[in-house]
Amino acid sequence: MSSHAHTIDHAHDHGHDDHAHDHAHDHHEQSFWTKYIFSTDHKMISKQFLITAIFMGVVAMMLSIFFRLQLAWPGESFSMLEYFLGKKWAPNGVLDSNMYLALVTIHGTIMVFFVLTGGLSGTFSNLLIPLQIGARDMASGFLNMLSFWFFAVSSVIMFYSMFVETGPASAGWTIYPPLSALEEAIPGSGLGMTLWLVSMTLFVAGSLLGSINYIVTVLNLRTKGMSMTRLPLTIWAFFVTAILGVLSFPVLFAAVLLLIFDRSFGTSFYLSDIFISGQAMEQTGGSPVLFQHLFWFLGHPEVYIVILPALGITSEVISTMSRKPIFGYRAMIGSILAIGFLSFIVWGHHMFITGMNPFLGSVFVFTTLLIAIPSAVKAFNYITTLWKGNLKYSPAMLFAVGLVSTFVTGGVTGIILADSALDINVHDTYFVVAHFHIVMGASAIFGMFCGVYHWYPRMFGRMLNNKLGYAHFWITFIAMYGVFFPMHFIGLTGVPRRYYSNEAFALFENLQSINVLITVFAIIGALAQGLFLFNFFYSMYRGKKSTQNPWESNTLEWTAPVEHLHGNWPGELPTVYRWPYDYSKPGKDVDFVPQTVPLSAGEEEH
Amino acid sequence: MISLLTYIAIILGVIAIARLVKVYELSSTLKGVENEAAVSESDTRFNARLMMPFLLAFFAFCVYLTYSYKDNLLPESASEHGVQIDTLFNFNLIIIGIVFIAVNILLFYFAYKYYSKKGVKATYFAHSTKLEMIWTIVPAVFLAVIIIYGLSVWNKITSPIDEKEAIVMELFAEQFKWTARYGGADNTLGESNYKLTADMNPLAIDANDKHAWDDKVVNGEFHIPVNKIVLMYFRSKDVIHSAYMPHFRAQMNCVPGMKTEFHFKPTITTAQMREKTKNPNFDYVLLCNKICGQTHWNMQMKIVVDSEEDYKKWLSEQKTFKEKNMAQVENVLNVAKN
Repeated sequence: MSSHAHTIDHAHDHGHDDHAHDHAHDHHEQSFWTKYIFSTDHKMISKQFLITAIFMGVVAMMLSIFFRLQLAWPGESFSMLEYFLGKKWAPNGVLDSNMYLALVTIHGTIMVFFVLTGGLSGTFSNLLIPLQIGARDMASGFLNMLSFWFFAVSSVIMFYSMFVETGPASAGWTIYPPLSALEEAIPGSGLGMTLWLVSMTLFVAGSLLGSINYIVTVLNLRTKGMSMTRLPLTIWAFFVTAILGVLSFPVLFAAVLLLIFDRSFGTSFYLSDIFISGQAMEQTGGSPVLFQHLFWFLGHPEVYIVILPALGITSEVISTMSRKPIFGYRAMIGSILAIGFLSFIVWGHHMFITGMNPFLGSVFVFTTLLIAIPSAVKAFNYITTLWKGNLKYSPAMLFAVGLVSTFVTGGVTGIILADSALDINVHDTYFVVAHFHIVMGASAIFGMFCGVYHWYPRMFGRMLNNKLGYAHFWITFIAMYGVFFPMHFIGLTGVPRRYYSNEAFALFENLQSINVLITVFAIIGALAQGLFLFNFFYSMYRGKKSTQNPWESNTLEWTAPVEHLHGNWPGELPTVYRWPYDYSKPGKDVDFVPQTVPLSAGEEEH
Repeated sequence: MISLLTYIAIILGVIAIARLVKVYELSSTLKGVENEAAVSESDTRFNARLMMPFLLAFFAFCVYLTYSYKDNLLPESASEHGVQIDTLFNFNLIIIGIVFIAVNILLFYFAYKYYSKKGVKATYFAHSTKLEMIWTIVPAVFLAVIIIYGLSVWNKITSPIDEKEAIVMELFAEQFKWTARYGGADNTLGESNYKLTADMNPLAIDANDKHAWDDKVVNGEFHIPVNKIVLMYFRSKDVIHSAYMPHFRAQMNCVPGMKTEFHFKPTITTAQMREKTKNPNFDYVLLCNKICGQTHWNMQMKIVVDSEEDYKKWLSEQKTFKEKNMAQVENVLNVAKN
């Protein structure tokens, strides 16, 4: 216990502490419990987040394969479905239609919240914030531990909810009431929905504890010389992401709380004039649209909570692996801030056809399309960074290039969807599914893979196998476009999302072959993740030992020793003299100059 | 038995990969490469050379999809505003198509061209105000055009119309079917109150409102006349549904406790559309486009666009609320008398 208190003390008087030497040496053997389970060390917590997210990601991916089987071969029997889902939900191997809705709901929930919010921010904010700003740990190691445990418990509850008798939540990941409020409307809105709400409540609590910690750490614990304009773009992205989380997640919490009241205590925040199961309900005067406003007030910043860390990670990786400074560093910070700000005033674009006042819709069209400007700046800056670079293709760099491609390809269709007049016809169709899976799903997951491949040596002290990484990237990349690009066409045929089968409509009768194509790509993509999983766990024990700075990078995390220390650096904390992107600077012998190297006489900063 | 074999196959597969990785690592250690740099030159070259073939294959895939599914896309719009939507869509599609193609070409071309070569150093190029201004202002200009054009179409579509100029009707949603109601001779929908819902009165129409007496409730299919504005009101009995009529580029949510509206003018009759699409079985359709429960995927109603005479003839054959709910209406009349 004393050693913990010690660490935290030291983390506070960062910079030039005389005790640092003593501290580094007195870090004695910890028990299994304090080291691996109830750890307060940011590096261990980041691994806990990552491995939990990988588990949840594999679950969510398998769910998507289950429902893709039904979409490609409706009504056909798959022993795999009966094996995993049981006789109740897949009688004779045919997916039940209520279970189909449950699968899409839980797939979406896990991917958005547990993998791309908890997993992405949790892993990399924790790993990189202290290491890249030169701090011994997070501002509060204890809150950080709590943040993970809230996340872990909420993951367990969400996972458990899939096994309750009436099935998990099935009202879509956006859980619009009244569907999500009434057990009579869909069985998943019984115990399954209760567990979903409990799980998300804990998730929000964990996310807030994490975010507050990230903000405080970035603001207060930067090492000597690390001004805000010398921060790596990863840190800027995590910082703004944390602010978005702190401002928006409480609103989801409020929305969820009011829904719990409506479900359990007979209030009518969202319910009004409903006649169901042969009975008129008491509730009157509420508005289901209110829920949508509250939900999307979180929901839209949420997509930037997902994508900003991915963009931060790729900024860092593209610059390092191009051996070239990131182009337009300040413009990149500006666009992160602009995207963060705008993300709070665009939520209504999810609601153009809810009966919302059309003038209000116009306002949201305007603000939404504005986001395209900072996004375009980011894309062009990435491409200019590649221009005349000296590109080295680690698997991380491949995923970074992949991210820029998906960010652009998926981003441009956002311009269609943000246009309220066009949204009338494509709203809630597969066009939307294609759009957000490419721009948010694929981009963010590529950002996450990019981060894992790049910082794996920093996490585990060993290298991942490159060859497996290359195979993983190319198969995933091809499968990703193979799955999601054709969905634009399905959407333009008018197929609504969340349809168990397209067979009820003559309008959709020629789409079976395209659905088979998508499912085949989905299965190939899913299998390719096996390469990653193998590489990840195998290399943890058998991978080649990493050198201290394998990518010849400038940032501070690579100045710390490979072996993990409580407190990160033995001795004094590093002092920073320059920005993190001095790659291939003229007049230098090597093509990188770490942030800890003082400016030489007459050298300009940048 | 099969599952046992599957497990064995998976385990053997994992072992095989592990062996391959080990063999590969041992051989590269023997050769003495890989120990220095974290990324070998040959790996970089190999991946860089995959960039352009990938992009070409991707574009070819897009062309293939467009070619093979163009006949499946929605046919030309069958409503007046839908034509404007389609024009706007095509306009936006051209702009984003150019951006999509140009940016991906730049990205993959640079990713290929500038791969690391011996003795080459990257160019130190950290920022350029001029370039950054260009790619802030150019997108901003294009977006301004897109916003102004888009909003002008949106305003036209959503600007309120006079009920007198339109055929007033209602679409009523419930799990998992649609019911339509017409305003009848007075072209006005009678009031409703959800507490009045009953087997005989599924739309909960209030018989106390005289406007309701001539209302006509229809199931299975509904007809609308060509070239007349239809003003639709939407209600829902239980959860949120969305009335989506893709051929008319029309959609509006049906929200319990709220009355929403949308209006459009159909321009092509069902018979004309059957000729245009060369599909004698073609029908317009109303479907549900908001997740609403188990049979969400099969919540539909047929729409028939008639000539004006056919529409009037069809409508005259439908029974009014008064004819269907005689007892209720007489009850109201008796109460009024006393």
